[in-house]
Amino acid sequence: MNLRRDVFQAIADPTRRAILLLVASQSLTAGAIASNFDTARPTVSKHIQILTECELLEKEQNGREIYYHFNPKKIKEIADFIEPFRKMWDDRFNKLETIMKNYKPDK
Amino acid sequence: MELKTKIHAEDGKQELLITREFELPLELLFKAYIEPEIVEQWMGTKVLKLENKNHGSYQFETTDQMGNKHGFSGVIHELVMNRKITRTFEMENANFGPQLEFLEFEKLTDDSGDHQSKLSMHIVYRSVTLRDQILQLPFAQGINMAHNRLQKIMNTIK
Repeated sequence: MNLRRDVFQAIADPTRRAILLLVASQSLTAGAIASNFDTARPTVSKHIQILTECELLEKEQNGREIYYHFNPKKIKEIADFIEPFRKMWDDRFNKLETIMKNYKPDK
Repeated sequence: MELKTKIHAEDGKQELLITREFELPLELLFKAYIEPEIVEQWMGTKVLKLENKNHGSYQFETTDQMGNKHGFSGVIHELVMNRKITRTFEMENANFGPQLEFLEFEKLTDDSGDHQSKLSMHIVYRSVTLRDQILQLPFAQGINMAHNRLQKIMNTIK
């Protein structure tokens, strides 16, 4: 099966969202991340791997340890994806609001 | 800053939710959806037909900057005054097929009185792929417009 590896797939899973929240405040090793979950260590590793492939997590070698930290640029992609669509509706609704604020019934 | 218009589009789902709060009484918000002359103004389209009733239909026509006409149409499944409109929407000749729209209008009460209202628009597409394509349309159009502008500038130069 050809798995999608993009930010949207990354945040579709609740464990992966929890991992992102953990590393948002500080860089952590895989072990430190896993210690926050009841899930088996290999499962957490798999999630970390997916997040890394999607570039939401970045690896950093520090001595013998590998630390994972959060990549805020990538999470912005999620917001950017629908922003033009949102803006289009926002413009329309702003217009609607202005027109109706000035609306005077004929009768 | 809090965004007035919010879009909730979950990954892997063929639907999305648009919500917007208006500084307008509910009745005025609803009127903007059923009065053809008002729809024309804020949607930037010509209204050829708008039957505001159960089992009614509507037809819009928009002329773009290049002078091409684009049709939009659908049927109104249910219309309850000042409460809801359930309808289909389709861009004609666009291969996207129809989408189902549930529009709900509600009054918001706060300290300043009842001059606020909220619209929730729940749109269901035929597939996840279609939804994602349609979501990206305004982005693609933006690029097109930039290209057209560039083209115009280039034409004046040569």
